[in-house]
Amino acid sequence: MTTDTAVKPAGSGIAPGPAGRGLRRRPPVGTALGLGTAVLYLSLIVLIPLAAVVWRSTEGGWDTFWRAVRTPDAWAALELTVGASLLVALINVVMGTVIAWVLVRDNFPGKSVVDTLIDLPFALPTIVAGLVLLALYGTSSPLNINLAYTRVSVGVALLFVTLPFVVRTVQPVLRELDRDMERAAYSLGASPITTFRRIILPNLAPAMISGAGLAFTRAIAEYGSTNLLTGSIPFQTQVSAVNIFGRIESDDTTAAAAISTVLLVVAFIVLILLDLFQRWSARRG
Amino acid sequence: MKLRNRVLAVSAAFLLSGTALSACAGTAKSSDSSDSGGDVTLALVAYSTPQAAYEQLIAAFQKTDAGKKIKFTQSYGASGDQSRAVVNGLKADLVAFSLEPDITRLVTAKLVDASWNADQYKGMITHSVAVIGTRKGNPKNLKTWDDLTKPGVQVLTPNPFTSGGAKWNILAAYGPKSKKGTDKEAGAAYLDALFQNVPVQDNSGRASLQTFTSGKGDAFISYENEALFAQKNGQSVDYTVPDDTILIENPIAVTSNSTHPAEAKAFLDFLHTPAAQKIYAENGYRPVIKDAGGPTFPNPSGLFTVGDLGGWSKVNKELFDPSQSVMASIEQKLGVSTSAAPSPAASKK
Amino acid sequence: MAKYPLRVLALVYLLFLLVLPVGLVVWRTFEKGLQPIADVLTSENFTHAFAVTLSVAVWAVLANTVFGVGAALLLVRHRFPGRRLLGALIDLPLAVSPVVVGLALILVYGKFAPIGGWLERNGFQIIFSLPGMVLATIFVSLPLVVRAIVPVLEEMGDEQEQAAHTLGASRWQTFRRITVPGIRAALGYGVVLCLARSLGEYGAVAVVSGRLVGQTQTATLFVEERYQNYDQTAAFTTASALALIAILILLITKLLRPKEND
Repeated sequence: MTTDTAVKPAGSGIAPGPAGRGLRRRPPVGTALGLGTAVLYLSLIVLIPLAAVVWRSTEGGWDTFWRAVRTPDAWAALELTVGASLLVALINVVMGTVIAWVLVRDNFPGKSVVDTLIDLPFALPTIVAGLVLLALYGTSSPLNINLAYTRVSVGVALLFVTLPFVVRTVQPVLRELDRDMERAAYSLGASPITTFRRIILPNLAPAMISGAGLAFTRAIAEYGSTNLLTGSIPFQTQVSAVNIFGRIESDDTTAAAAISTVLLVVAFIVLILLDLFQRWSARRG
Repeated sequence: MKLRNRVLAVSAAFLLSGTALSACAGTAKSSDSSDSGGDVTLALVAYSTPQAAYEQLIAAFQKTDAGKKIKFTQSYGASGDQSRAVVNGLKADLVAFSLEPDITRLVTAKLVDASWNADQYKGMITHSVAVIGTRKGNPKNLKTWDDLTKPGVQVLTPNPFTSGGAKWNILAAYGPKSKKGTDKEAGAAYLDALFQNVPVQDNSGRASLQTFTSGKGDAFISYENEALFAQKNGQSVDYTVPDDTILIENPIAVTSNSTHPAEAKAFLDFLHTPAAQKIYAENGYRPVIKDAGGPTFPNPSGLFTVGDLGGWSKVNKELFDPSQSVMASIEQKLGVSTSAAPSPAASKK
Repeated sequence: MAKYPLRVLALVYLLFLLVLPVGLVVWRTFEKGLQPIADVLTSENFTHAFAVTLSVAVWAVLANTVFGVGAALLLVRHRFPGRRLLGALIDLPLAVSPVVVGLALILVYGKFAPIGGWLERNGFQIIFSLPGMVLATIFVSLPLVVRAIVPVLEEMGDEQEQAAHTLGASRWQTFRRITVPGIRAALGYGVVLCLARSLGEYGAVAVVSGRLVGQTQTATLFVEERYQNYDQTAAFTTASALALIAILILLITKLLRPKEND
């Protein structure tokens, strides 16, 4: 997934339909059939199963739902997950922009290799990500940095898997940026920092926020890379996805569904906010 | 554009060969135990620790007349999880778990006959004992149950509400401390003190062992065969068999909905032969038959069984009931979740 | 503007977060020489794991490609009420944790669920069997082909297609000779992304697999299981193999990526 897919989701990026020029002789039956098939496919695989999760979480009423979510270890996991994901999103805003800046404005041998490698966390299985981080930052670390079983390790794992998000949303914007205003600012005597703060940053901000939002939703869902390095210790380093997995294995499906629903709701809220923000900033031009 | 076309062609070829390969792989394995020309496949669902043993046992069985044409699928995981998976539809002809209640769950779900343990072995296939594991050389000299409650000592043992095997660990200490279950208060007091020293309760025995080998803790409670497995794989651990410890009895059964009961029974019979029991012994499990050959194991003077404590229903109710029991109160004090599978009778999805 | 410090900062960050960890694992794979690696690569469980991974991935990619092309055409070339909603729903899988995917499928296709129960009574098992793994993998990689094609379809415009229409071409002919060539690169890109995601799936298949060694154990599950059995050689070898495949896929996507001025 790179720039194009990151910034042009299937949903919000659709231009209004064909302008109706020329003869349109597509039989509506074909469209309806195609639409029906697509909706059926989507329903059987995505919509009905997700609805089943939310439905199952309500079994037993609001009381049971809330009790399951507030169970000490489940709540601790949610707090850790959301907190770490927020922190990681913020770090990504900074580092992602730095990396995008270096990739667009700088030039050095091997730059295109670096550019390609940014997408590695997208392509690498999460369990392999966990293993590679464990190798370097675990108990047998050759660098003598042992982060195993610490909360910092949760952050490291999440930083790894969210690396590409902000970079890939900021890069194209940075590339397309009109440099005239920057040059004008310099010629008027503005320092680089002032120029960045008042001219470049406002243009990048929407992309940075968008990338951060995507990074956040990715981070709260993370499962595979956290188990190995963090040890997934309940109350200390266990993220929600691992907590849910444990509930599923123990046949505590209602509780698993409840915690899952919380994660889903949080993700949807963030995505809706992002969508609203994008539309608002698009209108501002 | 030409390069793009070539890359597309290569990717397409890759995909096509992948499809071909997967089609071949698909037809080579028979998914359910369907007989296609006399080929029988038995599904073995077992707990995680004897994986190495069963791989050798299956190979040995396939060298015998009875086992010549029989193929196996194997699934390994935490004992309780596997048991619940079978209830939820995981196909199994043979189930081998770490403790009896995991089979009882299947009996209640009508997947195993109630007479599964009516034989001379009471349905058990291997034994082990609970041991106290330490770092190599036992630098802190931790050898008895009392040593584990000393201040500053960190002990690892899994959560008994997610790991059935963890119950063995707890019973091993509870037995002598409660004088075989007669002095419940003393037993509960000991467990309380013990769990003050447990910094982490992992979800399974293997996870607990791995947490230990990664550097956390001073001691761990585990099965003898797990400690031996760790040593065999180059981990620097030592272990002590306490004088008073519990005999861990691992059950095995043929399922009642097995499509090949005769072959499954044949494998089960094979597992009781001296040759098979010797393989178990070589993997750190104590044989259930006498004179199996292979490595021998020390005999603790105060060895007792769960039967001596009143049997599983009694200890499950007094010690391990998720809502009200000795361990439930201890866990609640520590803030650890005790939610686990509801009792089999109540489970409906 | 502060060129060198920024460059150093970025490169050091990437070095310690990305390059060193992956490099270390590949390095340590070869620690004990080539023979142990060869042993792992030829072992039955390893080849089975990759066969499972490949077959599951291929099915998922095929299904999502057909769906992807169809859905993209629907979204871009047609108008109907709920078009935006459909687009948003297609993007849904990106926000769902893999473990939740597994749970969701169990609740619908498990033995005690309405659809799943009916299927099992008729001899068709989904959970704890390959179909369940395929469903899980389809779920997580569903949006990828659609998202790759939609922007290109939009950019393409439908003038050519309309022209073909007025010249009497059938829908299929138009599709085959005008649309497909136009989206070919984007389609390839989306397919490769979908393949990468499918090959690398771990969390969702972990929930629905049943851990059947050699049957429902994918390469990713194999890595975990070998590591838990203290078999570092096998775990690292498989991890390196998966990492190398990932890098290979990155290179292919770089070639296929729809035009970017750099």
